[in-house]
Amino acid sequence: MSTDTFLHARFRIERRDFCLDVDLTLPGRGITALFGHSGSGKTTCLRAMAGLEHAPGGRFALGDEVWQDDARGVFLPTHRRPLGYVFQEASLFPHLSVRRNMEFGQKRGGGSASVSLATVAELLGIAHLLDRRPASLSGGERQRVAIARALLTAPRLLLMDEPLAALDLKRKQEILPYLERLHDELSIPVIYVSHAPDEVARLADHLVLLDNGRVVASGPLMETLARTDLPPAFTDDAGVVLETTLARHEADHLSRLEFPGGAILVSQRPEALGSRLRCRIHARDVSLTRHRPLSSSILNILPATVAAIAATDTPGQVLVQLRMGETALLARITERSRRELLLEPGQPVWVQIKAVALLA
Amino acid sequence: MDMADLGAVWLTLKLASVVTVLLLLIGTPIAWWLARTRSRLKGVIGAVVALPLVLPPTVLGFYLLLVLGPQGWGGQLTEALGLGLLPFTFPGLVVASVFYSMPFVVQPIQNAFEAIGERPLEVAATLRASPWSAFWSVAVPLARPGFLSGAILGFAHTVGEFGVVLMIGGNIPDKTRVISVQIYDHVEALEYAQAHWLAGGMLVFSFVVLLALYSLKQRGKGEAR
Repeated sequence: MSTDTFLHARFRIERRDFCLDVDLTLPGRGITALFGHSGSGKTTCLRAMAGLEHAPGGRFALGDEVWQDDARGVFLPTHRRPLGYVFQEASLFPHLSVRRNMEFGQKRGGGSASVSLATVAELLGIAHLLDRRPASLSGGERQRVAIARALLTAPRLLLMDEPLAALDLKRKQEILPYLERLHDELSIPVIYVSHAPDEVARLADHLVLLDNGRVVASGPLMETLARTDLPPAFTDDAGVVLETTLARHEADHLSRLEFPGGAILVSQRPEALGSRLRCRIHARDVSLTRHRPLSSSILNILPATVAAIAATDTPGQVLVQLRMGETALLARITERSRRELLLEPGQPVWVQIKAVALLA
Repeated sequence: MDMADLGAVWLTLKLASVVTVLLLLIGTPIAWWLARTRSRLKGVIGAVVALPLVLPPTVLGFYLLLVLGPQGWGGQLTEALGLGLLPFTFPGLVVASVFYSMPFVVQPIQNAFEAIGERPLEVAATLRASPWSAFWSVAVPLARPGFLSGAILGFAHTVGEFGVVLMIGGNIPDKTRVISVQIYDHVEALEYAQAHWLAGGMLVFSFVVLLALYSLKQRGKGEAR
């Protein structure tokens, strides 16, 4: 699949108390997160992509393969669509062993030899569980088997519906590294439904924000997270994600992470030099000064330019978008500070970052 | 027990086996449809299937006798097909028993299909299983306890029927004289000792069947956990 293929999804589903109305064009590779609060229509949208839900008049195409186009009378039933689907809760067949569960889709996926059961079991760390029954597995193990089972159908699109939502924090931590490996090793597009900002920040390349059945934003993750014009529901927990490279370990137990437009220092990282690390910087952890502070305990003080200022849903607070070269940052400050600092778009400022959350 | 008693026992077991097999074949699609349809006909069909639960067997037998008799459309059909008339024959008993025991087979299977829910079938569809394949590889294995209950209940209920048999089958040795009718004959003739053999046997049989059924349900609960 060439890199310029893309997905097109147009669905309109009306229910008594809810209406989903989306028209999305998504990248043909990498992880796209469908993010929104519960009831925003994420799962319905995903089910429509899979054909589990029929949105009359809808269209869904993966590159030039059209799976649904009601205008031309095309609607492939779910079992004819080359997709993998991971449900929120454990969905393993209780009457089959782990191995037979995994073979269920593999043998029906056209017997494709491109993915072997052993390879996938290895990738997801479940090789030792193959002869067990689903009932004897932990929640995290079950979900890894469900992911492996979906991959073995040799899908051209992987749909994941909050695969971690039913798990506790420890189990989540256990699965996230496997999902990151998938991200690195899979060449197919993944649509990942989630309402957990940290999961999205850690895994996604592209972000779609859904609110009340409508798309409020769709774009590359970092660009979208740095927007100031999103509805209040999304600016409340605002923050950007930086994709950094581990550049140097300093003598005093600090590591230097570089990104286009700057560098930050964090507590020493165990990863090797050159590793890619994502980190999240919350808008509320960023403060601004007009002049470079001469003495401060804050390590990360960087020059930037004010790009935009927007109101928030909290009275007296504003969201400031800052540019450091190619990288954008958000700061949440009071309206009074903005007035006293005379902040306007285009103005150079100094950014103080109080905390950096590493997503690994 | 004499030869007539053994003949009645053999006939009863043969009838119950044939009826159970037929009911699993006919009842499964009906149960599947009832479990999954959103049609408004669901209530009507469900009620028709459940009718034998409340009707006196003589009512069912009476109407079957009329329909399958020489003046009824059923009888004219079987004659046109060269099968002859069904009342007072073994096939006639089979047909009547299929109707009479239908709810005992359909309802447990329907309940089992309903308990599976939509999700496993959706999962199967996302794993490329056609609806037909998902039915056999997912729905049927998961509904196995329902099939077992249905088969056991259908078999036991057919063994125990009396009224319908008397109406449509009469009392012809080795053709339509089943255990319950044989017991009735013994009691009429004041042959209490012989009646005891059969009646006691039925009592033990019924108890064992129900015991098997309840322990099956108990185990099913254990497995679900």
